[in-house]
Amino acid sequence: MATLAVALTGNPNTGKSTIFNELTGARQKIGNWPGVTVDKKVGYVRRGDHAMSIVDLPGTYSVNARSPEEKIVIDYLMNNKLDLVMDVVDSSNIERNLFLTIQLLEAGIPLLIDLNMADEAEKRGVHIDIKKLEEAIGMPVVTTVGRSHKSAEKLLDIFTDTVMANYHVTPMIQAHIDKVEAIRAGHESAEQKEEEISKARYALIDRIMAQAVTVKENGPTFSEKLDRFLANGVLALPIFLCILYLVFMITFEWVGAPLQDWFDGLINDDFAGWASAALADAGVADWMQSLICDGIIAGVGAVLTFVPLVFTMFFLLSFLDGTGYMARIAFIMDPIMRRCGLTGKGIMPLMMGFGCAVPAIMGARALDSEKDRMVSILVTPFLTCSAKLPVMALFAAMFFPDNAANVVFAMYIGGVIMAILAAKALGSTLFKGEGSTFLLELPPYRIPDMKTVLLETWDKGKGYLVKAGTIIFAMSVLIWFLSSYNFAGPTDEMNDSFLATLGAWISNLFVFQGFDTWESGAAILSGIMAKETVISTIGILYGAADVSTEAADALDTASQMMGTSMGTAFSTMSALVFMVFSQLYTPCMTALGTIKKETSSWKWMGFSAGYQFVVAWILSLIVYQVGTLLGF
Amino acid sequence: MKLKVESIGDSDLKQRLMTMGVIPGTTIKVLRSAPLGDPIAISLRSYNLAMRRADAERIQVQQVS
Repeated sequence: MATLAVALTGNPNTGKSTIFNELTGARQKIGNWPGVTVDKKVGYVRRGDHAMSIVDLPGTYSVNARSPEEKIVIDYLMNNKLDLVMDVVDSSNIERNLFLTIQLLEAGIPLLIDLNMADEAEKRGVHIDIKKLEEAIGMPVVTTVGRSHKSAEKLLDIFTDTVMANYHVTPMIQAHIDKVEAIRAGHESAEQKEEEISKARYALIDRIMAQAVTVKENGPTFSEKLDRFLANGVLALPIFLCILYLVFMITFEWVGAPLQDWFDGLINDDFAGWASAALADAGVADWMQSLICDGIIAGVGAVLTFVPLVFTMFFLLSFLDGTGYMARIAFIMDPIMRRCGLTGKGIMPLMMGFGCAVPAIMGARALDSEKDRMVSILVTPFLTCSAKLPVMALFAAMFFPDNAANVVFAMYIGGVIMAILAAKALGSTLFKGEGSTFLLELPPYRIPDMKTVLLETWDKGKGYLVKAGTIIFAMSVLIWFLSSYNFAGPTDEMNDSFLATLGAWISNLFVFQGFDTWESGAAILSGIMAKETVISTIGILYGAADVSTEAADALDTASQMMGTSMGTAFSTMSALVFMVFSQLYTPCMTALGTIKKETSSWKWMGFSAGYQFVVAWILSLIVYQVGTLLGF
Repeated sequence: MKLKVESIGDSDLKQRLMTMGVIPGTTIKVLRSAPLGDPIAISLRSYNLAMRRADAERIQVQQVS
């Protein structure tokens, strides 16, 4: 059987990923490129007696090695023996897309040029003569229409039949390549050379366009008309707020939360009940039963109940991204974001921060300047992620029964304000003088390809599942052990346990904040591993059987918890202070690990852990002292 | 209103602008601005691009029509 190595390259917003997903379906593996956190997607297809591996390279406008993505693309294409490289071009935007094509041809990489979304281009009045385009460039050209099975079949046939060695660039292209080499050999500065080369490339593109493409002015397109509402003047902001509200309602009220209820019942009632009965029947040792039921199922289960919420949120964000609206959000929010020391593009990763800081920190990669990226990474963990939400919801319901929703909302706002203040402070101190830039393509509106949205949702949400199976699993075992043992061996009295000793030691830090009990010390310690465990630790420690970690159930849980000693361990004031501290302190291990990876620096990871702890400590101190002074 | 790019002033963005097709001689059209007047959206080479006013001001243009 013959094997074929294929790579897909192209600009962002060309439908390249949709083609990749159409070609490979679910037979794909998503990993990381070595050393960076850029996704590496490889798919496998069998066609006749050919076995193909197809790599989906990151979408880039050029390969100047300015970003990790650009470096990956050119390194991969230059250093691997590939049978075929397909350059996916958005037909309606062929002019700018050809820039990358030309640059790759200069590097001596033969290309199969795929004019994607050919139907959309015709509608917009862009007509491309395929024969003439082939004659102008010397490389084979094929047309496809994004999400279509027929296009995928056609491409697979072409992949197996085309021998790229038979194609050679035309004398016109060769003349351009010689010219570029002459410029590179000249004596000008590197920037001047680069500019001369860019000019030469567009001069060549203009000639190719003149030979093969006719553009008819068709009047305003559908996207243009839509933009008059969605990206124009004052109307754009209320529309954006409505859409944002919808995203939150769908996630937390209509779809995500009900699914979560059902999932919670499945795990924490049905499965936990069945497991403890089964273990008892099987005559498993008591300590083993306790470890599995009170430790692992309680801990991992608490986190798993959030899976529906997290997946719903990622689905909606991927969907919005697929429509092209995300770019408009960045556009209309830039004036506001800039005044906060951030950039419009940063709104996308920050919005993800309300779901989980990990993808939000990774998403900051899309930002252009180092300053924007670093500031965004460092302020994201102040936001209320979906793991902090239940902490807020439980405390609010217990200690502020009449104002619970308002108190939770205040915590959200507090997190946002803190993120803004930190962005301003970081921007004018540590990252002073570094420029912030904003250059963003506004792609046409499109109906997202569901296969692509679902695969993306799975890809992002999977991390959460992995976390439940690894860190949370380990933490649950650890917390269970620490709370059930002391130096003398097993203990039924949690007050004598290792955890009590450790928690008491930590709680010394919070004498001036009014929550210096060993239980809250232990909860805060476990929250550094994963925020989800703050609430499950509190639940275990105050002895409430099966505490629901759901926001929706907070009221039930609250009345259940008030019956325990927790009701008296916190005053209204110290509860509020505990919420403030939990909202702001050190990010969880997973987030810290992501920061380390994204900044490739232990220093920034340590900085993030330290400065958030200090900020949280000082602010909770102020809130407690001022509150006490005012007589609350 | 159609404009023709004459030259681009030096900035961090210059090379990226040129990569995106803002080259002396290119025809561009200003489409709209975001709610507070900045950034702006322009159309060129049959696609739309958003940039901040401060960066746009570095691009020297001539009115065509």
